[in-house]
Amino acid sequence: MTNDNFEPVIIGFTCNWCSYRAADMAGTARMKYAPNIRLIRLMCSGRLDPTFIFKALAGGADGILISGCHPGDCHYIEQNYKALRRFQLTKRVLIQMGMEPERLKLFWASAAEGAFLTSEINKFVKVIRELGPLNWNENNFRVQIPIHSIEEEVLA
Amino acid sequence: MTTKPKFAMYWAASCGGCEIAVLNIHEKILAVDENFEVVFWPVAMDAKYKDVDAMEDGEILLTLFNGSIRNSENEHIAKLLRRKSKILVAFGSCATEGCIPGLANFTPINEVIATAFSTPTTENPENILPIPDYEVPEGELHIPTIYPLIRTLEQVVDVDYFMPGCPPESHQIAAVIDLVIEVLKGNAELPPKGSVIGAGLSTVCDDCERTRNIKKIKEFGRIQMQHSDPDLCLLEQGIPCNGPATRQGCGALCPSAGAQCIGCYGPAEGVIDYGARLISAFASVIDSDDEEEIDHILDGLVDPAGQFYRFNLAGSLLRGSKAAVSVEHK
Repeated sequence: MTNDNFEPVIIGFTCNWCSYRAADMAGTARMKYAPNIRLIRLMCSGRLDPTFIFKALAGGADGILISGCHPGDCHYIEQNYKALRRFQLTKRVLIQMGMEPERLKLFWASAAEGAFLTSEINKFVKVIRELGPLNWNENNFRVQIPIHSIEEEVLA
Repeated sequence: MTTKPKFAMYWAASCGGCEIAVLNIHEKILAVDENFEVVFWPVAMDAKYKDVDAMEDGEILLTLFNGSIRNSENEHIAKLLRRKSKILVAFGSCATEGCIPGLANFTPINEVIATAFSTPTTENPENILPIPDYEVPEGELHIPTIYPLIRTLEQVVDVDYFMPGCPPESHQIAAVIDLVIEVLKGNAELPPKGSVIGAGLSTVCDDCERTRNIKKIKEFGRIQMQHSDPDLCLLEQGIPCNGPATRQGCGALCPSAGAQCIGCYGPAEGVIDYGARLISAFASVIDSDDEEEIDHILDGLVDPAGQFYRFNLAGSLLRGSKAAVSVEHK
């Protein structure tokens, strides 16, 4: 399956309080990681609705990375455990539907672990590159998600 | 020459249960006959496709379309009825979200065909397979072509309303028919296009009379293995009940009869991917923070993909297993 021209598309869901800051730290320290990953900031890894994962895969992603605070360090007490449980169940469903288990990965990275985050991202991109494209989207079929405009603006 | 508005009902890939549900409205069926002229309803009366072809565009007022799109014939009739109808309703779970026929999207189409024609339960010693186009001395014969994936009606044509349920409950059908008749008389207005009709907005849990507490699950089990408490929430007892993501409309029939909700009314309002919502709900209530213990608890869910996508696979974001969906790439 290995294709020299294949550039994996990877969606990374990161927690605002740790992994996203680790990525920031990697940036300020000029540590480099593969540009294949598109990081999305969530307020907490517990915010990760499995719908996001399915939408990413149906929209053409080749791998999904989830990263949150270390166990016990969650900014919202214990929501990273919820993320862990959702990750495990989502993974079971996706494996049953024919996806290679390596395409969905979860790890913990604190705001101080810029170097660790960079190396994990690079490792993950390498794994996905070896697995090849996922192609879970049909030709000419676009994922459609109904978008409702926000009716009321809530000020912070 | 009658001036009554015209009514049609069609079945594509479906079981016929939707038609039975329509007949189960009992004497209200007379109101249908009183207010409508039934022009096309293959299950109930003799009609030919060419009769529909001959109609003017938009001549049929109301078409209830049940069944999903499995082959080229289904798609052709869906497009034809869309053209000829003012109001097209995706009627029942198959048309709205794929339902049981949609489970075929777990399997690549060549395996589906092999299971139908080449397994020991089928007597087919010469392994004869359907051929869409076939030459005989009298001319050329055509049968519909099977598609690699089951599609919902909305994935093929523009749909005005959605009526979920496997099948839709008869009292809900009666209410919808009453509404349409009131609209014809000018006493009511149709809901906005794209609405789900004949069902509520919330979930089955809202209609369920069982007691609900804070859920903490240490073990999942199948319903036949558990001694279930008749008054306590089934999910709380570790029985995988799909109520938390399923649209209300049935009146929580299964949980009140002691069986878990299997999700035939489809996703509740605002749910984008039914299975994802259930994954979220089930995983959240597992009472463990330990990776291995969580794995052990999840072993109790024997068939998670089947549990979460029994009715919704074709209408889900992924639309099928990887092997089935990527066939279309070749």
